[in-house]
Amino acid sequence: MSLTIANSLDEILTSLAAGARPIAGGTDLVVGARQGKAPLPDSLVAIDRVTALSKIETVNGQVRIGAGVTHSRLMNDPMIVERYPGLADAAALIGSPSTRNVGTIGGNVMNGSPAMDTGAPLVTLGAVVELHSVGSTRQVALSDLWTGPGRTSANPDELCVYIIIPHPPARSGSAYVRLEYRRAMEIAVVGAGASVVLAEDGSIVSGRVAMTSVAPTIVELANASDAMVGLSPVEAATVIGAMASDQAVPISDLRGSDRYRRHTIGVMAARALDAAARRAGGEPIGVPVNRSLGIGAAR
Amino acid sequence: MNETYELEVNGVRYPINAAMDRNLLSVLRTEIGLTGTKEGCDDCECGACMVLIDGQPVNSCSYLAAQAQGREVTTVEGILDGDNLHPLQRNLLEEGGVQCGFCTPGMIMSAQALLTRNPSPTEEEIRIGLSGNLCRCTGYQRILAAVERTAAES
Repeated sequence: MSLTIANSLDEILTSLAAGARPIAGGTDLVVGARQGKAPLPDSLVAIDRVTALSKIETVNGQVRIGAGVTHSRLMNDPMIVERYPGLADAAALIGSPSTRNVGTIGGNVMNGSPAMDTGAPLVTLGAVVELHSVGSTRQVALSDLWTGPGRTSANPDELCVYIIIPHPPARSGSAYVRLEYRRAMEIAVVGAGASVVLAEDGSIVSGRVAMTSVAPTIVELANASDAMVGLSPVEAATVIGAMASDQAVPISDLRGSDRYRRHTIGVMAARALDAAARRAGGEPIGVPVNRSLGIGAAR
Repeated sequence: MNETYELEVNGVRYPINAAMDRNLLSVLRTEIGLTGTKEGCDDCECGACMVLIDGQPVNSCSYLAAQAQGREVTTVEGILDGDNLHPLQRNLLEEGGVQCGFCTPGMIMSAQALLTRNPSPTEEEIRIGLSGNLCRCTGYQRILAAVERTAAES
């Protein structure tokens, strides 16, 4: 096996074009290799020292998050916490402090796990990824990126360089909650992200909901915005919870049965919507919502 | 196939000759001979292998050794003050936070990183700071007490 430590984006893209695979923190790749999921690739390019990948920039009404930004940085970045608290909730739930120190948003998104925590909030925030290869750049919506468990529509020579999120409108809020059996080193049994925009009277103008660990990929709840418009957040939470249980297509595995997941995704979707609406109304709910509202594992 | 590179561990530069797929834990233990860092689960769950890379706690079982080139690695051997125990080590012993001792080096590295960043953590912050470290002996309370005492003393 060979490992090249890249110092520039061009160097990474050239390596990928020659058949190398990217490694950032290694929290999925190295563990997966030892668990026998997939051996380490013959040729790796380390992308964790390229500063272009570790920036969080605001450009033209969007934030561009470098794919190499770690979960620790996301959960502590004041702008992310203020504008995109749902994403900060997710980053704060991943693994443990050591996982968050080296694990990256790009790695989480491109690993394509249906249980990834950053996926659902990114969907509800309208994020797209920007993929670069030698001589080519394209933006892909998340719904077109994830094609199955561990699979994406990105070509092997493409690197996710940015995750791009539009600025949220006024009176909006977002949240991500997860059902978990323990407080750390946990993978979502189920999880839900929500974003909502409120009218001045507190009713819902629009909203999006996405679900974790109930389908082969992270999936957005269909027709959620239409179902919520004009409702109070309390009314909407009931409606959305029922829709989430209805639309979920979970499997049974060691973390939960399909019936348990189908029930609990409704509970989590309703709680995510409730927290997002309370944040949209100006209530300060700390990151992560799970800890602030006592959702998930007891201490 | 082995390759040659250099790692800086506890302020000392070591020449390494190893395959590039070796994790940092195995290189620390078997190439450099620093056996304070433990292999527990070898699966990024237990935290026994915790080291600091550029001051941040990282699971060395899930980090390629070659990726640590040019970075500063600190193991439990690196926090001793000459022949004196580090305050965290002394307080873990005095509070009864050490039983079998296998998790202790990793606990110390996570606690050290926490206290460097946040010298006066709340109990909740200590729990979060140590949340990647499992202990099957103590029930954690005495470990929390040792970290609280270390913070109070400094």
